[in-house]
Amino acid sequence: MWINLTTIMPSEAIAIFAMAIVTYLTRVAGLWLMNRFTFSQPVKTWLNQIPGAIMISIVAPVAINGGIAELVAGLMTLVAIARTRNLALAMFIGVVTAGVLRNYLHI
Amino acid sequence: MKELASSDFSGIKAGLKQTIPIALSVVIYGISFGILAHQAGLSLSESLLMSSLVFAGTSQFIVLEMWISPLPITAIIFTTLAINLRHILMGAAISPWFVKIPTWKAYGCLFFLNDETWALTIGESVKGRKSESIAGFFLGSGLTVFIAWVSATVIGQNLGSAIADPTSWGLDFAFTAVFIALLFFLWKGKSNILPWTVAAIAAIVSERWMSGQWYILIGGLTGSLVGAIQNVD
Repeated sequence: MWINLTTIMPSEAIAIFAMAIVTYLTRVAGLWLMNRFTFSQPVKTWLNQIPGAIMISIVAPVAINGGIAELVAGLMTLVAIARTRNLALAMFIGVVTAGVLRNYLHI
Repeated sequence: MKELASSDFSGIKAGLKQTIPIALSVVIYGISFGILAHQAGLSLSESLLMSSLVFAGTSQFIVLEMWISPLPITAIIFTTLAINLRHILMGAAISPWFVKIPTWKAYGCLFFLNDETWALTIGESVKGRKSESIAGFFLGSGLTVFIAWVSATVIGQNLGSAIADPTSWGLDFAFTAVFIALLFFLWKGKSNILPWTVAAIAAIVSERWMSGQWYILIGGLTGSLVGAIQNVD
């Protein structure tokens, strides 16, 4: 089980290090750009709009591609957060709804 | 470590606490990654190295499908870049809380940038805390996800294929649920309708027609630009 602990092939190591470098650069590029240039008000307005647009972009395809289970689970999550404002609880309700509908109702 | 203000620590603690429920779904994803990495022929040290240095789930999953001999290193690099380009937008969006702290700290913290931590940090910033405290929250949350991801990779590698499909438990929905809940906090009223609709349509259309994760970037860009134009007027 743990036998292959020390095996690292050179080309595998190169691939992994290259992936790591590229990924780290994407993580710091946003801050680097913001540090290096001064941005006008319209750009700041734009930055404020990014989070919502990204979150919608992640959720929307799931809603369209998913079945009834995902739709109902999504709605339950929304109701839960609106009622309780509790992130962990809303997540829990969403997961349980999705799990129950998929396993017991097969929808 | 004297320069660390107490607000840093309270922020780190808050980040850690708020991330633990979500870390459970990260563990499930990490276990799946470990299992698939094992099947793709990665050794434990290789997948451990990948999870701790790259620390970007989606790109790691997709690269596994390219893990053949000889390794297509150039393709792997460009695929990783394409999937992780969204980090640039995310980093720009949270930059206001990192320009005010020492550079080395900011660039160190940002290693831990991941979707969940980013989203939770945005949620936290809506509450109007100080920069140091929000950067601390980011670090606490990022470390929690990191530990969950790396240790789950090791577990998955050792489990092999002994575990059933985790999606059947509904745990894969945790991530979506978090984003839905956070969208509720970001909702400011009617001014969100147009940019969010544009983002949703752009994301859905590009997800259909393009492989990889381009849809997040395309939806995020078009939606935010529409929102910016709308609000400048």
